[in-house]
Amino acid sequence: MRVLPSGSTALLVELDGLDDVLGLYAALTAEPIEGVVDVVPAARTVLLVTDPAVTGLAAVEDAVRRTTPRAGERGGGETVELPVVYDGADLADVAAHLGVDTAEVVRRHTGAEWTVAFCGFAPGFGYLVPDGEPWDVPRRPSPRTRVPPGSVALAGEFSGVYPRESPGGWQLVGRTDVPVFDVDREPAALLRPGVRVRFTEAG
Amino acid sequence: MRTLTVLAPGPLTTVQDGGRPGQGALGIGRSGACDRAAAALANRLLGNAPDAAVLEATLGGLVLRADVHLVVTTTGARCSAAHNAPLTLRAGDELRLGQPAAGLRTYVAVRGGLAVEPVLGSRATDLLSGLGPPVLSAGDVLPVGSAAGPMPGVDVAPVPDPPGGEVTVRVLPGPRTDWFTDPAALTGAAWEVTGESNRIGLRLAGTPLERARTGELASEGMVRGALQVPPSGQPVLFLADAPVTGGYPVVGYVEDADVDRCGQLRPGQTLRFRAAAR
Repeated sequence: MRVLPSGSTALLVELDGLDDVLGLYAALTAEPIEGVVDVVPAARTVLLVTDPAVTGLAAVEDAVRRTTPRAGERGGGETVELPVVYDGADLADVAAHLGVDTAEVVRRHTGAEWTVAFCGFAPGFGYLVPDGEPWDVPRRPSPRTRVPPGSVALAGEFSGVYPRESPGGWQLVGRTDVPVFDVDREPAALLRPGVRVRFTEAG
Repeated sequence: MRTLTVLAPGPLTTVQDGGRPGQGALGIGRSGACDRAAAALANRLLGNAPDAAVLEATLGGLVLRADVHLVVTTTGARCSAAHNAPLTLRAGDELRLGQPAAGLRTYVAVRGGLAVEPVLGSRATDLLSGLGPPVLSAGDVLPVGSAAGPMPGVDVAPVPDPPGGEVTVRVLPGPRTDWFTDPAALTGAAWEVTGESNRIGLRLAGTPLERARTGELASEGMVRGALQVPPSGQPVLFLADAPVTGGYPVVGYVEDADVDRCGQLRPGQTLRFRAAAR
């Protein structure tokens, strides 16, 4: 664990990989550090945002260094099932890149157990990683200006679902009708860090 | 219902409050007033909670009509008759914001606070994520809440106006100083605030900061005040509507208490950084 400075109100904890990030995030959510008002996991880091009126950065650094990341966090969370119509505009390109046919892409995508590693890009946009064989899919050479909401997509080692219409450079493999972000729902985001996801082929 | 009517919104007026802290893990940024101290002062002058919802007008131009008897005040960039001083409006009276001589953002508070519908715990408009109430338009009718506390009995708050010209703020190290050949170049130079700036951040122009390494950084969390450096070497200073994570290295952070002043900078102003005492 490396603790890096991030100004007068935050610390950035750098870790070896996603499992450590999930484990530390789970530990800090279960037993919050006093005065830490936000915990933001990402691919290799966890950002701790403090309330300077309550605590100091040195105390928070001590507390996070004493925190034991939870083991086996991939697999601990609740499971969400997302029915997908696999008719994405980039499904054939993804299949070609992987050297398989489109049915095999669907079989692998629905066969994997996914975990939300972290959110970013837009409210409720979760970066999902598979338990088994890692994926490696390049981004599109040029991003789309308009990706429809509910698009199920792949990029790098991640899969994700676009919560609303936005620009985007990920490869679109399908779409789901399940709203992954809804401000009138509690919680608004379906795909929160630690949540397990299974994609199924919609009939 | 007690209401205010928007007769003219000016170039850009949004509703702001303390924002949505604590939801970064869901990809939800904090947002809220760009100049938090000014927004809190406006509320304090009227006996409101410090994070009650106010209006944030950009370069003035806002015209409001009180539909009932209301008490209002403005803070931040000076451009109204009610600046840093509570003003009573009778039903039908108007509050007109002119053009501020210096500063960018004027906060208009009303006693009782604005009572527009909150989204995810806040009434702030986040222009990056699209969360919160829409940007104000002429004809909008804004509900006003009930006064919570007594009026503090202050006629005028003696606070300085945001300065024009050159502004210097304190800077602390960011997590990725080692990505740059000379991170101290940040404090040695003058940076111009460009016209590409908004509530998300100030795009600065100056002598580019040179990278010490190539390659990509995995996106990582950040907060307002972050000085993120894209491949161009020209830093972006993030403000209220900063993204939750970013994929370019952050070379430094403006001291949080000084970020408010950065939210008052106009395109063309010069920004300098000096190392904060630690």
